[in-house]
Amino acid sequence: MKSLLATLALTTALTLPGIAMARPVTLTTMLNNYGGDGAYLALYVTDASGAYAGSLWMAGSKSKYYKHLTDWDRATSGNTAEIDGITGASVGSGRTLEVTIDLSDALFDAGYTLHIDAAVEDMRDSPNEVSVPLTTDGAGTPVTGRRYVSDFTYDM
Amino acid sequence: MIRALHRWPGLLAAALLIILTLSGAALSIFPAAERLAAPQAETGLSVATLATRIQTTYPGVEQIRRSPSGQITAYWFADGTPGAAVIDPVTGEGVGPADPNPVERWLTNLHRSLFLGDGGRIAMALSAAAMLILAVSGSALVAHRAGGWRRWFAPLRGPLSGRLHVEIARVAVVGLALSSMTALWMSASTFELLPIATSAPAFPSAVSGDTGVAITSIDLLGQTPVAELRDLNFPYSGDATDVFTLKTDHGTGYLDQGTGAALGWTDLTAGERVSETIYMLHTGQGAAFLGIILGLMALGVPVLGVTGTLVWLVARRSRPRIIGNQPAAKAETILLVGSEGGSTWGFAATLQQALSAAGQTVHVAPMSGFGPLRYAKAQRVLILAATYGDGDAPETAKAFLDRLKTLGTVPSAPLAVLGFGDRSYPNYCGYAQRVAAEAESRGWEVFLPFDTIDRQSPQDFARWGRLLGQVLGIDLELTHQPVQPATQTLTLVSRRDYGAQMQAPTAILRFALPRVALWQKLTGRGFARFEAGDLLGIVPIGSEIPRLYSLASDQRDGFVEIVVKRQPSGLCSAQLTQLAPGDTAKGYVRHNPGFKPGKGRVPLILIGAGTGIGPLAGFIRGNKRHKPIHLFFGMRNPKHDYLYGQDLSNWQAEGRLTRLDMAVSRTANPNYVQDALRAEGAEVARLIRDGARVMVCGGRDMAAGVADALADILKPDGMTPVALKAEGRYVEDVY
Repeated sequence: MKSLLATLALTTALTLPGIAMARPVTLTTMLNNYGGDGAYLALYVTDASGAYAGSLWMAGSKSKYYKHLTDWDRATSGNTAEIDGITGASVGSGRTLEVTIDLSDALFDAGYTLHIDAAVEDMRDSPNEVSVPLTTDGAGTPVTGRRYVSDFTYDM
Repeated sequence: MIRALHRWPGLLAAALLIILTLSGAALSIFPAAERLAAPQAETGLSVATLATRIQTTYPGVEQIRRSPSGQITAYWFADGTPGAAVIDPVTGEGVGPADPNPVERWLTNLHRSLFLGDGGRIAMALSAAAMLILAVSGSALVAHRAGGWRRWFAPLRGPLSGRLHVEIARVAVVGLALSSMTALWMSASTFELLPIATSAPAFPSAVSGDTGVAITSIDLLGQTPVAELRDLNFPYSGDATDVFTLKTDHGTGYLDQGTGAALGWTDLTAGERVSETIYMLHTGQGAAFLGIILGLMALGVPVLGVTGTLVWLVARRSRPRIIGNQPAAKAETILLVGSEGGSTWGFAATLQQALSAAGQTVHVAPMSGFGPLRYAKAQRVLILAATYGDGDAPETAKAFLDRLKTLGTVPSAPLAVLGFGDRSYPNYCGYAQRVAAEAESRGWEVFLPFDTIDRQSPQDFARWGRLLGQVLGIDLELTHQPVQPATQTLTLVSRRDYGAQMQAPTAILRFALPRVALWQKLTGRGFARFEAGDLLGIVPIGSEIPRLYSLASDQRDGFVEIVVKRQPSGLCSAQLTQLAPGDTAKGYVRHNPGFKPGKGRVPLILIGAGTGIGPLAGFIRGNKRHKPIHLFFGMRNPKHDYLYGQDLSNWQAEGRLTRLDMAVSRTANPNYVQDALRAEGAEVARLIRDGARVMVCGGRDMAAGVADALADILKPDGMTPVALKAEGRYVEDVY
């Protein structure tokens, strides 16, 4: 478990391209026109047993709102060290978030699941907005979110 | 210093503060509207009952929220589609959409960040800081000017913009200070500058693994009243490891979805409680009434911004440029100015011009720049000093007295002090008197006795200038007109003559109301708006200096009336008392807000002698609401100078005048108005105890006699004329 986290931490650091056994993956998250302020999105991975494995991206910079990303907050105890260097701006209604990161090959076809928690100020928190197994076959197939995400795709 | 701390943040942040407060005031309506519109739960309703009602209507319910207004919102999934509604807690059914109000969102984003992200948030936080500085410095200024914090609500005098500024500020400042402090806290919290511990309990490591407990059988939900609910999250359907999450006013806990057992509870931390209270105080969410009050107070800020800027502009414009000012080391005359609003600078400029024209070298400087070591060639020092508040130093004289007290040796060049003030205030020319007294006690030689200028009187100044000229051996004619007013032509309609037999010809002159242009009506300028007690400036032929007469009529009376006594060598009074109906004079209105009877039913004690009856007669004529008025009127001989004699008995018959006491001085037993006052001492004291306002108009000696008489009359009650003056209940118009 510990070694996997280390791998994730390394590979998600965009400053280390071309690392062995890793490949660039583009995560595309399109939002609905839900008609509110910018959405906070936490993208993270759980392992086959459902345990938190690591974070991929945090859209939204004010940590006081992270508690509204309920599942991520619960899994990480709100530890912002989990998202050091992989934090960006919140995503507006109807906009698209596109992030390219190097992900370890070991994450694919091994029971890992990518989750997105979403929250919008004064609107319903939406933990587990998206939940999609990481498989080589699943790449490029859009998945629908529950409330705010119109579709999510990971491309390799 | 305090003034600068008030002026610059105000001017710099004015535009942002107007946006901030207007949006804030608009936002304050939403919590109140929500509070009124939200269907409220019956008292004692438990969360379990509420949740059951909602679950019956919406089996896919995921979350139930209660906002501080009491509004209940439910979120659910039905056939894979999310739904949300405001819930009537009595039925558990949706009664309206739960979408956030787009107007409120828009206003909120404008209010906190101008739609500019973190940069905008910082700008708005700085504006809030500016507002706090303005509230603190403004309060200090108000207290200073009124003469102490206890006199916070003391009546105000002066031009409208300044009065309006203080009038609004001293009510709104509480709300503005509170809103700005809470705003700063919230900004600090947003930028993560506050170490606030959060209180989420650890997610339970073990659950029963069962599902489907009936909500009614969960004890904690049954015990929790809806009034304390914030948020109830249901477990994900199909995830046996998930739990119920309950948030209340007290804390957060988890509940097993199979057994209903409590799986952990954490109370809110002290930091969170403080933060929530501050959030409530700022937004009014949970305190809708307070929110509305704060919103109303915020509405004062745009007015404060405009009036404050006007006050600054007027003060700036009224401070003239000194042309040909000489260096301190070269000047024979050192002219030091202690000015508050800037008008004393105008007099200084006139004096400097006249002295320079007479061949003198003059150095003009603020009193705060007092530096006797630099006055190498000085032959005299002139100090023109206004007074701030109750005898304090005006703005440009700060620290002058301290410097004078600690001076090793006083300058050898002799001194003259001229005070500028308003006799209707307590402690007339108080600061200038302190300067003169301190100079005397330090042994500074005086070449011209201490003198004063009442209400920027050009005549007083010209008279003092002649005295100065005599000492200097030059012909010094000081013609100072503070602001050259636009005059209008007044046509005499009628005159009533008195006192000719006593070699004191006096006339009540009634002029037709001049035509008022539309722009004058809109701005209240010219003769568009005046009341009895205001002043009529008449510019006599052959002089540039206007003379001021108290108006005895209101603009609504439809005429302009004054009482004029012919002075032995008076230019203006001679011209006026020779006018025949149809003749004209040039005049303008100068407002005199310090000498007004005030609104409401407060009784008046009017005291006047001779021509001083003018404005008092005007007040009585305008007393259509029959407030109690007791008039003390001093005259020489009722046969010859009983001004308004017939009117007064008519007004008494009509109920506009309650009582008239005459004092006649040219009889076997001379009786002055102060004697009449003493004779009625008990009644006067009673009226004043009941809140009566005393208004005195007439000559200076009479006013002094009246003040002495009043001091004696009020003494048994522990009151003094000075205290009454400070409250604005004893006002004088003396000449």
